[in-house]
Amino acid sequence: MRQIIEGSHAVAEAVRLSRPQVIAAYPITPQTHIVERLAEMVADGELNGEYITVESEFSALSACLGASAAGSRVYSATTSQGLALMFEVCFNVAGMRLPILMTIANRSLSAPLSIWNDQQDSISLRDSGWLQFYAEDNQEAMDLHFIAYRVMEDHRILLPAFVCFDGFILTHTYEPVDVPTQDEIDTYLPAFTPYQKLDAQNPLSFGMYATPEYYMEFRYMIDQAMQRSKDVIGKAGREFGEQFGRDYSSLVEEYRMEDAETAVVAMGSVCGTIKDSIDEMRKKGKRVGLLKIRTYRPFPIEEVKKSLQSASTVAVMDKNISLGSRGAVGLEVKDALFGSDISIYDYIVGLGGRDIRKKDVAAIVDLAEKGEGNLFYGLHEEVL
Amino acid sequence: MNFMDWYRADRLPTIFCVGCGNGTVINCALTAVSEVGWKREEVVFVSGIGCSSRAPGYIDADSLHTTHGRALAFATGIKLANPDLQLVVFTGDGDLAAIGGNHFIHACRRNVDMTVICMNNQIYGMTGGQGSPTTPRGALSTTTPYGAEEGTFDLTALSIAAGANFAARWTSYHVKELTNAIRAGLETPGFSFIEAAVQCPTGYGRRNRLREPEDMIEFFRTHSMLRQKYDRLLAEGKLVPPDTIVVGEFVRRDRPVLGGKK
Ligand SMILES: Cc1ncc(C[n+]2csc(CCOP(=O)(O)OP(=O)(O)O)c2C)c(N)n1
Ligand code: SF4
Repeated sequence: MRQIIEGSHAVAEAVRLSRPQVIAAYPITPQTHIVERLAEMVADGELNGEYITVESEFSALSACLGASAAGSRVYSATTSQGLALMFEVCFNVAGMRLPILMTIANRSLSAPLSIWNDQQDSISLRDSGWLQFYAEDNQEAMDLHFIAYRVMEDHRILLPAFVCFDGFILTHTYEPVDVPTQDEIDTYLPAFTPYQKLDAQNPLSFGMYATPEYYMEFRYMIDQAMQRSKDVIGKAGREFGEQFGRDYSSLVEEYRMEDAETAVVAMGSVCGTIKDSIDEMRKKGKRVGLLKIRTYRPFPIEEVKKSLQSASTVAVMDKNISLGSRGAVGLEVKDALFGSDISIYDYIVGLGGRDIRKKDVAAIVDLAEKGEGNLFYGLHEEVL
Repeated sequence: MNFMDWYRADRLPTIFCVGCGNGTVINCALTAVSEVGWKREEVVFVSGIGCSSRAPGYIDADSLHTTHGRALAFATGIKLANPDLQLVVFTGDGDLAAIGGNHFIHACRRNVDMTVICMNNQIYGMTGGQGSPTTPRGALSTTTPYGAEEGTFDLTALSIAAGANFAARWTSYHVKELTNAIRAGLETPGFSFIEAAVQCPTGYGRRNRLREPEDMIEFFRTHSMLRQKYDRLLAEGKLVPPDTIVVGEFVRRDRPVLGGKK
């Protein structure tokens, strides 16, 4: 049923419909509305699971790890400093191949302290072995939760996942969202069958010591699962489309790319603004398109290559910065297009909640077409 | 110096909600610092994250506004690097006892020379009123919509058990007593812990039938009991209501100190 609800509540609905057995989370702005709503759902008996009010994010994800190893479907949510505090556990979860789903309400990192949006938090965990999905709007944020559970729990994958959506811009915005029914989701997302679990009859040890003879093989197998997940995501996204009419069979989404000379590449809510800006530029006769990256991990290198091959200029908008290098998406796009003669420029935008308006997108396209790039866009020069 | 001289006038008014108890505690702390005669150059104010932890931002002296829960670890570093500095830490019940609980017990154990003032509003104020480790059983919060079920920490007792040299508890109603206790804490070498019960009308009071700021202050007035009386009643086998706030000085001792002035 179509409802006008807050982004955080749409995600909470998605979680409820996914029937997690254990939820553990610690409040942090702008994730709080998700977990408060879930606490309420559990207290009201609308969600038949355990809600653990832990004392930190470190404990939250640790409790999730335990619950997942014991064979439960598990959920958590965090952002920014909270995710940073989970760093150690994140690597353990992926290494133990536990399919835990975590929503990231993307927010910048301290210092200086900021509660506003960018994507530095989840990007900083790109090497941890978690799948990373980025939503453009609240419908997509909701839908990606169902798809993520399907993919993660597939016994060929068994990896954890972040569903990322932009803090405040989406978490606190009311939008019309089509909320599926429980029956529909039960059809799409069957109950979790753990590949293995802690079971006293069949003792197992998770996370044991690996000597140099074996450690690399563990890492290799995670990487292989990541590679395999591309097909599994495509299939889960296609089947979602068949059942609900919203297709996610590709790891990327193209907008007016058919004859685009200049392509903008971005992730998350800014894609909505970019689409509007592209419509305006198109009206003025500019051949511009958008390539939206929906899964940053695994990185859809083939799709990116295919989609951008006929563009002459590519402008990547990165809401993160690998300090001392470039934006994380820009680097990957360059890698995907290695050997081509397409001009690729990276723009660091919107850090710490700096607004990105349609005119900024147009200005970035102009810069790229002039051959000016690889810069922080929109700095207040007067304070530097 | 008067307590007002310590404020960064250009940072006022504070972000605190109308009727918040944090301002009272900051006034008490700055009065105590003025009374002991510390100069701006010798004090560092440290905090974590939370409404309470915003305090150093309003004080015209060196300050370190750190990450959630870690103020004591950062402060320990400052103290050991330069034992001549005087350290005052502002923290909240969540910052100190939830996410920072481990640092709290270890700073007490080491008896690091600093004064820690915890504004205990029994809730995570800054993030919108979720339950904390001091949310009383039965109290409503956004994560305990039908009442908290877990047991709570007695922060003062915890500091004593873990080894603090000085511990006292007062409330935002007891302005004079709180100021004197902070002063005694500043003057006692080693880890001094002052717990100040404060009202958070927005995150706590509103949900727990203490809607107006004065409702909560009135609660503090009527539900506080001096430690001596409390001990006597217990010794006589009398019943003490469970929502009693036991106030007073609980310990002042001379365990070996880490990071004392050279
Ligand atoms: C690692 C991390 N987790 C969560 C948060 C979000 N957060 C900010 S303040 C706060 C709780 C504050 O409660 P308390 O310490 O009691 O201070 P109060 O606001 O009530 O004064 C939380 C959970 C954070 N900033 N960092
Ligand atoms: S939320 Fe509570 S603690 Fe924070 S400023 Fe408002 S009244 Fe004070």
